[in-house]
Amino acid sequence: MSDGPKTKIVKKINVDLDKCIGCRACEMACSAFHAEPKYSIVNPARSRIRVVMDEVNDVYVPIRAGDYTPAECNGRHTYTINGKEYKECSFCGVCCPARDLFKEPDSGLPLKCDMCETDPPLEEPVCVQVCRVDALTYEEWEEEIEEEEEKREDLQIGLEALANKYGLDKVMDTMVQMSETD
Amino acid sequence: MRYAETGYNLEVDLTRGNIEKVQTDPKLTKLYLGGQGTAAKILWDRVPPEVDPLSPENLLIFSAGILDGTPVPGANRTNVSTISPQNNLYKDSLFGGFFGPELKHAGYDKIVLKGRASNLVYLWINNDKVEIRDASHLQGKGAGETADIIKEELDDLDIQVAAIGLAGENRVAMASIEHSNASSSRGVGVVMGDKRLKAIAVRGTKDLNIAKPAELFEKSLDMFQYIYDHPEYCGDFMAHEDDEEWHVDNFAWGNARERRKGFWNKEREERWKALSESIRYRWNGCYNCPRDCHQALQYPGHHTIFQKCYSKLTYAMAAYEELDFNYKMISRTQQYGLDGYSTPQVLAFAVELYEAGILTDEDLPDFPSDSAGRFFYLLEKIVHRDGFVGDALAEGVYHAARKIGRGAEEYDHNTMKKNEQVPVKLGRVAYHYFLMYATGEKMNITQIEGSFPQIPIPDKEAREKFVQGWDAAPDYFKNLYLEWEPRTQLSVDGAVRVVDWNELMHYVDDSVGTCAFLSSFRGQFGGRPPYHIHNLPVFISQATGMDIDADQLWEIAARNRNLVRAINVRRGMRREDERPPEDHWKKREPEMEQKLLDEYYKFKGWTNDGIPTKGRLDELDLDYVSQELIDRGIITGNEEYLSQSSSTEETA
Repeated sequence: MSDGPKTKIVKKINVDLDKCIGCRACEMACSAFHAEPKYSIVNPARSRIRVVMDEVNDVYVPIRAGDYTPAECNGRHTYTINGKEYKECSFCGVCCPARDLFKEPDSGLPLKCDMCETDPPLEEPVCVQVCRVDALTYEEWEEEIEEEEEKREDLQIGLEALANKYGLDKVMDTMVQMSETD
Repeated sequence: MRYAETGYNLEVDLTRGNIEKVQTDPKLTKLYLGGQGTAAKILWDRVPPEVDPLSPENLLIFSAGILDGTPVPGANRTNVSTISPQNNLYKDSLFGGFFGPELKHAGYDKIVLKGRASNLVYLWINNDKVEIRDASHLQGKGAGETADIIKEELDDLDIQVAAIGLAGENRVAMASIEHSNASSSRGVGVVMGDKRLKAIAVRGTKDLNIAKPAELFEKSLDMFQYIYDHPEYCGDFMAHEDDEEWHVDNFAWGNARERRKGFWNKEREERWKALSESIRYRWNGCYNCPRDCHQALQYPGHHTIFQKCYSKLTYAMAAYEELDFNYKMISRTQQYGLDGYSTPQVLAFAVELYEAGILTDEDLPDFPSDSAGRFFYLLEKIVHRDGFVGDALAEGVYHAARKIGRGAEEYDHNTMKKNEQVPVKLGRVAYHYFLMYATGEKMNITQIEGSFPQIPIPDKEAREKFVQGWDAAPDYFKNLYLEWEPRTQLSVDGAVRVVDWNELMHYVDDSVGTCAFLSSFRGQFGGRPPYHIHNLPVFISQATGMDIDADQLWEIAARNRNLVRAINVRRGMRREDERPPEDHWKKREPEMEQKLLDEYYKFKGWTNDGIPTKGRLDELDLDYVSQELIDRGIITGNEEYLSQSSSTEETA
């Protein structure tokens, strides 16, 4: 590695809601790609992308499985689309206790989009590959990161895990105690 | 392990409220594949001819195609099979969308419904949890509205719903079953209504296993690309066209009466195009298919409608009205759950009766004077079975004519086997079309024609070019097409074989689940359909692990075809029923038509009365069918049958 600035690759799937035809091929392909062994199972319920569809009201929203959270939101809002009201949950990608979405149907384990990272890498995630109408398109680019920032990111992940396990208050109390002991 | 199929049927007895998950015999998959094929087998076994179609003993079967839910693009069709009260014969109808794949993921290949619920109910299938639920709150609701309400009350947008509207509830002969952007026509909704079943809601999250997953996935991705790249060969191109000249010039207006040359012009095209664009939400598709054959439209103040090519103009032409009228009608008829082919003809038939003085102001009090007003008026009469006339018309043209009497029978001129036919009136009889109309048991030409082009390309060199890349066609048809000069008839042998190929491809699709617009119906336009007899066996083999070739697939289709014929023969259908509407062609050739029937029956291995011979049935492993036909005295078993190879290339 050179001594130049460190970079990271940022991956992005753009979703154009107007272009979606609701074929759900993205779901089919995602579930097959992530099956063990690869392609052995097709099951949209295992997909890490789901198209929320309400054809009569012209709602077609592909959503991507995001992070796992152990707690439901403590407040929610609603979306009104073409005069019809939808819960916030309808379009949320988080794997949470409030619903079954983005959990393995048998084990209940959380599913998360990994952008189809594989070796050798794909040119683009499989959901984007099968979306011929370009409702899903893919972009990636390199971004400089400062070392300090990278470290901070690592630290943040570690602390988050602790906070999830023990609660943020307890972690903060402990840190205060530690700093006092020092 | 079972591959591509689940190996289970859901058996529901609506009278007793009994629900069972029944394992199926893998041998049946080998013989009949799935979808329509295995459904026909169940109907043969369990619905003897003594069963009245409107009795609880009749079955209504929803079948996912064998490839539904696999990665194979465009394999998503659901087949509905039953015995129709309209003509006491076997009827099947297909719909696309998402229902079939969802059913597979719920763990079932079929839903077999029998009995009759005491009150209106709906069936809720959530994987292994299956409930019959009260539907009294859905009584009288539109088919689309019903789907909305069910999804809301079960709080899941992923649920797939197939529902009937008021027409089905009131056992109207033209009743459809509506699902998402698709619908099942030819009157299967009447049996669902008779069973007091308002809707089926299904949600499935189970895996579907594939025998050779990596190979099939790769092949499917290539096919996905081909289907997307070639709208000229794949999908419903007519749905996307704004130039409707072909339809408005060639189909008959009114009660299938007259062709109106000159109606179409550029000004009208611009106007219709602008209207459609202004009310179109979007083009949408079916499960795992990159073509967008359905348009979602909303005429101001009306329900959202979904439309493919077939219902684009049928009401407007039946009523001599403009396109906006068609949209207004369909927003009503899709909610009522009515077939867009037959219903317009029933309405136009009634208008004719009124104009002829057969129906009077006494029959139709306050009957409007304008055509649009009359259609709306009659539609309400029919779906509510209001009064003597509404009740009669609700039975479809054939039965309505006989109920009304007073000479109304004369105006029933476009039905065959008691079904309204596509309103096409042509000049001279075309041999292969005569045969398709006469003998096809899917009861509608669009479900019978489709692989062999409708007309020859005039230039022979162009025909040569066409034939060169025609992978879909067995060799026989390449030569036949090459030699086919414009305005000439096919030879008798050619006509017979074209009919055989055309219809067998539909029997293939309807057991596989592949959309006819990617296969059996589409080959006639452009000759490069994505699926055909030569490549489907590979998809089927990789998905199911059965290892079948083109000859075997052809034989399965022939078996299913013969089984359907046997069901109808057992219910009394004979040669004399195989008569296209008298005025379908102006110039008929009665002697030749009889000869065509003779030769077609002979080719099929049927008697001169259109009944499958013991020889042919046994050759297709349908010994149990021949035995019963003998036991019932329908055949002796000694009828002559000259065996012929069922190889695609040799047949061809």
